[in-house]
Amino acid sequence: MILNASGCLDALEAPEVARALDIFVTKTVTPQPREGNRPIRIAETEAGMLNSIGLENPGIDALLKDKLPLLAELGVPLWVSVGGFAAADYARLCTALDDRPEVTAIELNLSCPNVEEAPESAAELVAAARARTQKPVYAKLSPAATNLAETARAVQAAGADGLSLVNTIRGLALDDGTLQPRLGHELGGYSGPALKPIALAAVYQCYRVTGLPIVGMGGIATGRDALEFLAAGASSIALGTVLFRDPDAPGRVRRELADELASRGLSSPEDTTGLAHGAKPVTVA
Amino acid sequence: MRRRERPRRRLGGADQQSSGRLRRRERLTVVANEAVGPYALIRVERGSLDPGIPGQFFMLEAPGRLLPRPMSLCQAPPGELSFLLEAIGPGTHAIAAVEPGDELHVFGPLGNGYRLDVENPLLVGGGIGVAPFPYLSAELGNPPAILGFRSDWHAEAAALVPNAEVLVEPTLVTERLLPGHDVLACGPEPMLEAVRELASEAQLAWEAPMACGYGACYGCSVEIDGVLKRLCVAGPVLEAAA
Repeated sequence: MILNASGCLDALEAPEVARALDIFVTKTVTPQPREGNRPIRIAETEAGMLNSIGLENPGIDALLKDKLPLLAELGVPLWVSVGGFAAADYARLCTALDDRPEVTAIELNLSCPNVEEAPESAAELVAAARARTQKPVYAKLSPAATNLAETARAVQAAGADGLSLVNTIRGLALDDGTLQPRLGHELGGYSGPALKPIALAAVYQCYRVTGLPIVGMGGIATGRDALEFLAAGASSIALGTVLFRDPDAPGRVRRELADELASRGLSSPEDTTGLAHGAKPVTVA
Repeated sequence: MRRRERPRRRLGGADQQSSGRLRRRERLTVVANEAVGPYALIRVERGSLDPGIPGQFFMLEAPGRLLPRPMSLCQAPPGELSFLLEAIGPGTHAIAAVEPGDELHVFGPLGNGYRLDVENPLLVGGGIGVAPFPYLSAELGNPPAILGFRSDWHAEAAALVPNAEVLVEPTLVTERLLPGHDVLACGPEPMLEAVRELASEAQLAWEAPMACGYGACYGCSVEIDGVLKRLCVAGPVLEAAA
């Protein structure tokens, strides 16, 4: 299945793009509205891009009242990404979403590089969310964790149903002339092609230690990239930065992935998940 | 000051289809790359892209770069689209280096253009901000224009705009604004701010770095009167005041 990475698509501005996905994931919503960071918010670098949007969102109340009904009209299964600054925030957000039939799963953004982190551990935040909702809960982790495998095991023990791997990683770009930070917020989240090997390693490691369903993301731009994420252990993949330059990427990546699978004699994406771990033989046709 | 908001669309795509201005992304062949003073006029085959409304923009692939670059449409001759750009960074340098026969992905038209229901239009532009004016001027029947440039070399771009008074620094366009006109402006931010002060009903085309051009990245927010706006979907043309 192909998703968008949270914060990389506005389905109400581009419904035709959202409809080409299997699941649409909202931009992270927080308990209160957030205006986000001051400009400049994006900077292209040699092998990727930085963003420091700062969790701009209308807040959970406006999402529930104004946006969810419109998003439901798209006819695409909907995940809501939630973020906060303490376990109580995640608990409140999951409580508010739990009885909304439009929402099929909740993704916990535990790793936004552009805001202060909650004082609790990822596992504590997952436990707070888990206690408030029956919906599937996916934990989105940063590849910068000191011991990612351990974090993955901990969030699994706390009740996560799946993992979203990975979020952006913190980066900095300086202006050529002034040598000052190019972003208004100075540091940003790094995404794009440079993130791919880092994300693949995270998927590979976490698949091995948890066996949880994984949404793999980080620099996926082609069907070949998607194939590698499946082989590393992802059961679904998400498109992020590539959507910015190619709004037709969902359909294209889907076609390219089907061609990759066919040319290798692989029957389905499901049969491809985890192949890099040597569980099943790969035959190149 | 509060700005007049355009009516909120319910779903962007549905609205586009009903207006017949469906945005698309196509790979288009470069027809010509012409120097206009320090600027490059990139002409591409139109394909099945709609030229849109003057002031709308397109995302142009920047060869070898991760992200495309936003460019307002400069001219819309039959079968072609053209874009006037100034090579200032790696993306614009890459686009300015294309040659006839090269192919570029082009996505658009995007954003909100100028309102054309004006009685007494006056185009006011500065530097590369004249880029949307050739198309705008043609659609409005060649109204008067006041164009400011930093040098005579830059001012060669004024040849693309009929009926233009050309000023070179230190003379500023705001020194020549005529009362009683409907101002349609595009240019550097200090110029737009100065025009706003003198013409509260002006339509101003703003600029910001953009990754996507269609509301996906939230990267192009600009701060106007303390309020952040996603320029690609709220603009790039905004009313100066309401």
